[in-house]
Amino acid sequence: MSGGKSPVPLFKDGKRHDGRGPMDLRPIEMKVGVLNNANGSAWVKFGRTEVIAAAYGPREPPKFMSLPDRALLRCRYHMAPFSTDERKNPAPSRREIELSKVIREALETVVLTHLFPRTVIDVFVEVIQADGGTRTAAITAASLALADAGIPMKDLVAGIAVGKVDGHLVLDIDQIEDNYGEADMPVAGAVNLDKVVLLQLNGSLTPEEFNKAMYMAWEGIKKVYALQKKALEEKLRKEVNL
Amino acid sequence: MAEQRRLVLPGELIARGEYKLNQRDYMYVYVEGDKIYAAVPCVVTIKEKEIHIIPLESVYIPKPGDLVIGLVETFMLTHWEVDINSPYTAVLHASNVLGRPFIPSKDNLKDYLSPGDYVLAKIEVFDRTRDPVLTVRGDKKLGRITEGKIIEIKPSRVPKVIGRKGSMLNIIKGDTGCDIEVGANGRIWIRCPNKDLEDIVTLAINLIEREAFTPKLAEKVRVLIADEKHERGLI
Repeated sequence: MSGGKSPVPLFKDGKRHDGRGPMDLRPIEMKVGVLNNANGSAWVKFGRTEVIAAAYGPREPPKFMSLPDRALLRCRYHMAPFSTDERKNPAPSRREIELSKVIREALETVVLTHLFPRTVIDVFVEVIQADGGTRTAAITAASLALADAGIPMKDLVAGIAVGKVDGHLVLDIDQIEDNYGEADMPVAGAVNLDKVVLLQLNGSLTPEEFNKAMYMAWEGIKKVYALQKKALEEKLRKEVNL
Repeated sequence: MAEQRRLVLPGELIARGEYKLNQRDYMYVYVEGDKIYAAVPCVVTIKEKEIHIIPLESVYIPKPGDLVIGLVETFMLTHWEVDINSPYTAVLHASNVLGRPFIPSKDNLKDYLSPGDYVLAKIEVFDRTRDPVLTVRGDKKLGRITEGKIIEIKPSRVPKVIGRKGSMLNIIKGDTGCDIEVGANGRIWIRCPNKDLEDIVTLAINLIEREAFTPKLAEKVRVLIADEKHERGLI
């Protein structure tokens, strides 16, 4: 929300600036097992937003970090210097540290950390192209990478953002809608568990709008979740010949 | 539910009701009430009241009694630290290797095992609160590995290499005449009469790891060994 006037009309005749309807997602692509050296990895693309996630572990942590009753989950969300319009300083910013934390907390609710006491599970997410909705793409990729690594978890986590542009609620907002819109609400959830694991809201929504936004987000999450399962199955089917 | 193999993903329902599960399977599933859900991508077969689970990926978690192949990492005053291809580093006490109390003024650990040595050992105790302890007592074959070759595979493929009641292992042993020790942690020690046979065994094990879920795998392994032997002029 950088203020000012949008260079393009954000909502006109029921269509958004890129021609999508309010409930349409951007074209989504997912691939599992893209990195050789990680235990598990995934590549996720939401329109022009692209992220790669890698998962490692459970492995031996530095001794002072280990927890006596469960595995430590470490998460790093990082934007590549070339991912944005203007070069981004590669040093972790305040925003990246915060997103690392919320992604970690979202994953902690599904990963069965109690199975591996005194170990560490690492998740690295690298944004290689940012066009809005990077944290939801990141969490989607991270959970795929964890599943690919064979780390036990209760469910996959899928994420999507709902925004408000020109007074209309829209699903899966991109950079322009985020910059010039009135609200941005990223939501991530585990569909099988029927649980929301991440919810943030930037901007303001009325209670009615919030309820509608939640409903829209959940519809979006279900679609992303289905795509996640498909991507994971695609990779694994090859391995098991079933 | 029909008796067939199927692929399940994390969060998917495997079965509902009373089923027998192995202790180890609780690493791959989670149970809520009477519902059993998958926690990792795995292949499941349901036979009456038994669920058979093969995870696609897993880490080795030590269990007392397991035969493992460890790599000595470093030595401390009275013990070695051994990498057993697991999140937990194992300890091997000097007194266990010596078979008598360790005398710091007389014994030097370097004389027995040095970093980089492989040892065939058994897990003596492990309860997750402390590092696993190894033992090389109780069986003649245990101890430092001085010859042959070590192959590393995914720990989740170990049961496939062994086969049902050791059938797969017997095929490889019988067809090549090599001696094979499979560690539960995914390390395999092979000793062969010659280099060619060693390579053939390596190829066979790699085939099993790569195509663990192909039907008639045993037949494929037999064919591979026969073909390779023929190519190398061993028959």
